[in-house]
Amino acid sequence: MENNEKGKSSRRSFLRNVGLGVGAISVAGVANAAIPGANDSAVKSGKTLKLLSPDGKLVEVDLSDIKPAKEIQAEVKSEAMKGLPNRKFVMVIDLSKCANARECVHACQEGHLLPKDHEWMKIYLLQDDNLTSKYWFPRPCFHCDKPMCVSVCPVGATFKRPDGIVLVDNQRCIGCKFCMTGCPYSARVFNWKDPEVEVPEGHVYDPETNIPAVEGTVGKCVFCADNLRKGVLPRCVQACPMGVLYFGDLLEDTVTNGVETVRFSKLMADRAGYRFKEDLGTLPSVYYLPPYNREFPVEMGLEGADESVSGRYKKAGPR
Amino acid sequence: MNADKKLIADLTPELEKTGIKWYITFFVFFAFFVTGIYGLYQQIDKGHIVTGMRDNVVWGFYIVNFIFFMGLSYSGALISGVLHLFNTGWRKPIIRLAELITVISLIIGPFFIFFCIGRLDRLPYLFMYPRIQSPITWDVIAISTDLVGCFIYLYLSFVEDFAILRDHPDLKVAPWKKKLYRILSLGFTGSEKQKKILANARTVMSAMIIAIAIIVYSVLAWIFGVTLQPGWHSTIFGPYFVIAAVFSGTGLLIILMWIFRRIYHLEEYITKRHFVNIGVLLTVIAAFYGYFTFSDYLTKWYGSIKMDSILIDKLFTDYYSLFIFANYIGILLPAIIIAFPRFRTIPGITVAAVIALLALWVNRYIIVIPTLETPFLPIQDVRPEWIIYSPTWIEWALTLAGVSVFAMLFMLISKIAPIISISEMQEQDKIEIMK
Repeated sequence: MENNEKGKSSRRSFLRNVGLGVGAISVAGVANAAIPGANDSAVKSGKTLKLLSPDGKLVEVDLSDIKPAKEIQAEVKSEAMKGLPNRKFVMVIDLSKCANARECVHACQEGHLLPKDHEWMKIYLLQDDNLTSKYWFPRPCFHCDKPMCVSVCPVGATFKRPDGIVLVDNQRCIGCKFCMTGCPYSARVFNWKDPEVEVPEGHVYDPETNIPAVEGTVGKCVFCADNLRKGVLPRCVQACPMGVLYFGDLLEDTVTNGVETVRFSKLMADRAGYRFKEDLGTLPSVYYLPPYNREFPVEMGLEGADESVSGRYKKAGPR
Repeated sequence: MNADKKLIADLTPELEKTGIKWYITFFVFFAFFVTGIYGLYQQIDKGHIVTGMRDNVVWGFYIVNFIFFMGLSYSGALISGVLHLFNTGWRKPIIRLAELITVISLIIGPFFIFFCIGRLDRLPYLFMYPRIQSPITWDVIAISTDLVGCFIYLYLSFVEDFAILRDHPDLKVAPWKKKLYRILSLGFTGSEKQKKILANARTVMSAMIIAIAIIVYSVLAWIFGVTLQPGWHSTIFGPYFVIAAVFSGTGLLIILMWIFRRIYHLEEYITKRHFVNIGVLLTVIAAFYGYFTFSDYLTKWYGSIKMDSILIDKLFTDYYSLFIFANYIGILLPAIIIAFPRFRTIPGITVAAVIALLALWVNRYIIVIPTLETPFLPIQDVRPEWIIYSPTWIEWALTLAGVSVFAMLFMLISKIAPIISISEMQEQDKIEIMK
């Protein structure tokens, strides 16, 4: 807690001194790299540094006023609950490109310090019918606009933000698992035992990362809300070698997979985008593009796969 | 207060002395209880990983036991409440048994929720940060109301008895028991005014606990019904659960009637007539319950909704024997036993009740577990425990501990107050004399 306070005040004073206002991401990075250990001197150094403010003005600040910033994080839980203003996040998953490379799964596990048997991003091998073909189906949390998990939570541990993200506060969660039975997409995982992960020193819990996981509580995909706060794409989107995952903002009508940036509405229109089990009425924020004109054969997803992975798909078939 | 000498002589010996058999039985149950506590310690120490529950099947034995015990509490609501409201004469010797079942099972039921939640230390959050949207909050409100209501109703029926025991000079009980009777009888002297107040209060409460009980079990059913899961998402679940609860409560009442009649030598009071009457009631309820079960599964089976078909397939393959036992044998056999006068004996009716009770537990099991094993997205996993639920010894131990606590509480209470209400019996005697 003390740590948190300190971090907060130092960043605030930094921002005040530089006169930039909140959200100067690039500034923090530059300051960090350029001036090691320049933070504690009260005397003006006389040397200045030119920086770009978020509104595009070039400003000059004394080196002594610049302090290395902590990584930007929703420092207080209320901040994490509010979400980012004027945003409505959306993900598009192009099924024609997925070949079960599992890079998204691993990046997610690493980024959120998940135990190996916890997968927030899960990849299914689905087949709708005997006569139709199999396809790989990555499934993050759908961050529904009518989330059943949020409705049924008895203590408000899981909540929906105006920017569309559904998060879990694992300091509030009592572990009743009602949200897990409520979710029709099996998107939630339970910490059945102590996760035994090493949390970096000085890390402060906030629901945007959900690190560290707590035994007896529920976890799930957070759309990398911490990355979004920094203006960075979610980890899975960055990691995918096939460019399967697109992420963006519905209000801007734009999604990107890190390589190409496209109009969301055009993508939906051109590629016949759909949502999984639309009939359930949960209004997911994740859209799928049908596995049409596929870039890889389905079998490629099983090549060289470990038994713990390939074994999962042995019984995959129509249902 | 004066009371019938014979009634007191017949009904109070168990208060005066306790045999070695009682202690042995109690110790056996206590051993089960301790085993359960040890299991609970393991679970708290190592986490829920020691149970058979995993992602997918996140609710197991604990939730099954929870709804089962909550269902047993219907015994009091129905037998005691309804029969009291309609002033059915023959209910008197069994009314207290029914009320005790209600309160004790209402106390035990919620403990299984405590075992099921991951963070027992955060239980107060249910009251600190309640969200009224959640059916669990409805449940918290409903169950606590029910518990208070049923406890008051039970206590009202005890007041007069405590006064009788307090005023009876020949009763050879420990001084602390006498003192207890004096305190608990609340200065009841048996004046006309007091009697009237008590009778009114009991009538009001009997109507109220029926309403509350229906709400409690409907809310419990809605925990499943409001979700989108195949097999749970059913409009019929509220009334279906209510009737199932009455079924189990009635079954347990018959079993306890048999046990106490035998052990406490109450043959003169709990007669074949009671067994037959409650047995017939059980048959009627079985018919309703069977009808609901049939309706629920027929509509799921007949249509072509994929998830329903997958679930029904699972019930008729992996769960075939359990399904047949719960929904055919468990409903038809008790009804058949009681329907034929040849089998309509005290042991016959008791056997029917045992079958009914076991089958109902299994019915709860196959409502909860198979649905969780068939989520919308197929379970694709290599870890067997993630695919199929199988309870561990800890879940068994805690289940048996729950049953043991039920038995122990019953045994203890039967040493403090007579298991048949003296005051009620006295009133009945008067009515019969007047006739």
